[in-house]
Amino acid sequence: MKKYFITVYNIVEKDLLLELKSKEVVVSMLLFSLLVVIVFSFIFEPGAEYKNDLVGGILWMAFIFSGVLGLNKSMLNETTGGNLNALLLAPVDRSAVFFGKVVSNFFFLAVMEAITIPIFMIFYNINIFGHSVLSAVVILMGTYGFSVLGTLFSLISVKTKTREVMLPLLLLPLIIPIILAGIQCLNIYIKNGDITESYKWLKLIGVFDVIFTAVIFAIFDYIVEE
Amino acid sequence: MTSKLIKLDEITKKYGYLEALKKVSFYLERGEFLAIFGPNGAGKSTLLKILSSQTRPTSGNIYFDGVKLADLPSDFRGNFGVISHQPFLYENLSAEANLRFYGKIYGLKDISKKIDDILKKVELFERKTDYVRTFSRGMLQRLSIARSLLHDPDIILLDEPYTGLDQHASYILSNILKEQFENSKTIIMVTHNLNRGYDLASKIAIMKKGEIVFFDDKVNVPEYEFEDIYLAKVS
Repeated sequence: MKKYFITVYNIVEKDLLLELKSKEVVVSMLLFSLLVVIVFSFIFEPGAEYKNDLVGGILWMAFIFSGVLGLNKSMLNETTGGNLNALLLAPVDRSAVFFGKVVSNFFFLAVMEAITIPIFMIFYNINIFGHSVLSAVVILMGTYGFSVLGTLFSLISVKTKTREVMLPLLLLPLIIPIILAGIQCLNIYIKNGDITESYKWLKLIGVFDVIFTAVIFAIFDYIVEE
Repeated sequence: MTSKLIKLDEITKKYGYLEALKKVSFYLERGEFLAIFGPNGAGKSTLLKILSSQTRPTSGNIYFDGVKLADLPSDFRGNFGVISHQPFLYENLSAEANLRFYGKIYGLKDISKKIDDILKKVELFERKTDYVRTFSRGMLQRLSIARSLLHDPDIILLDEPYTGLDQHASYILSNILKEQFENSKTIIMVTHNLNRGYDLASKIAIMKKGEIVFFDDKVNVPEYEFEDIYLAKVS
């Protein structure tokens, strides 16, 4: 088990080093997410009350669409030059390679979100953590689920010629539970609703995360072999 | 006493209706050097992919030291060194950072010394801190050779390793392969280059349309006849 985590660590360390050198993944995601946040901020009249019903969805949309962009770029590093094949040839559990990529992608997404959220709160004049820190929990849980499925489908789609289209086509329908639950939770927290109402949505994201982690762990070998 | 290190037993690989390999069977003993020749689409690269467990055969079995490949643990892949068309290198990392990463993944000890030694062997020591993206095709291939041999594998699989190499890089690769062969490494090389393949190998195979149509020890194949044999088998 120790070797498994060392492999995950080595993959993450390499990805961080690559990102420090190229800055391709986080910067492109960040620019796109800020663009979404800023452009959509113009649809609200100043002081509009209905804004609170919609901002949760806008924030998730910024995360998801910029995340798709980042996942493609992150996986391109592995397929350019055949690096993924080299990793699959290595004497390590192949799912450790996968979860290394998941952790890297989760970290890149979290960095993008950590910068996007304060700017989002300024532009929409709203504090998403004002009534509950559970906002952070739901964002992190949703981001993990997105990373797991996103990494898997970016692995599949990056080998196709139409990867920019293929990844969202494969990924977005499957992460609807996360998007739906994430938006519902944020709406409850932003509007200072009954927090207990959000628990069922949190559970949904939690179950989603656990199921997809377990399934991919079990079948990853078969997925990557042609 | 010799041992069958690698044994292929009626390996078939299908991609849909296309049969890339048709009941391929042969065995290799430890320390042998097999050169596989054949026209494009003969199934040579597919065979290497199956041997290195990048893909599974549709039917048939592969045995290493008498144990089925499917039953071997993931650690076993550490016995392979694979040189492919692709360099398996990260362009935005230095040569050293690339080798260090793969060294860690393979669980090597004393990585720094091993990196320096192998980079000297492929004559890239002076460029070890340079980004891989600044390397020429020949340098990339030499670094790829360094990466694949860093963990001192027992079985070396090469897929068209001379493609795109200049004379100097080809010379370095040939010398390294000769040295590995002398050190009793088992080598399987797929190549279109009849002369180089023949020079280096101890066994020769010719593939055509997914089948092994010729397989023999090199000592039984005179050099002056080899090209004629090849052309007769693949035409």
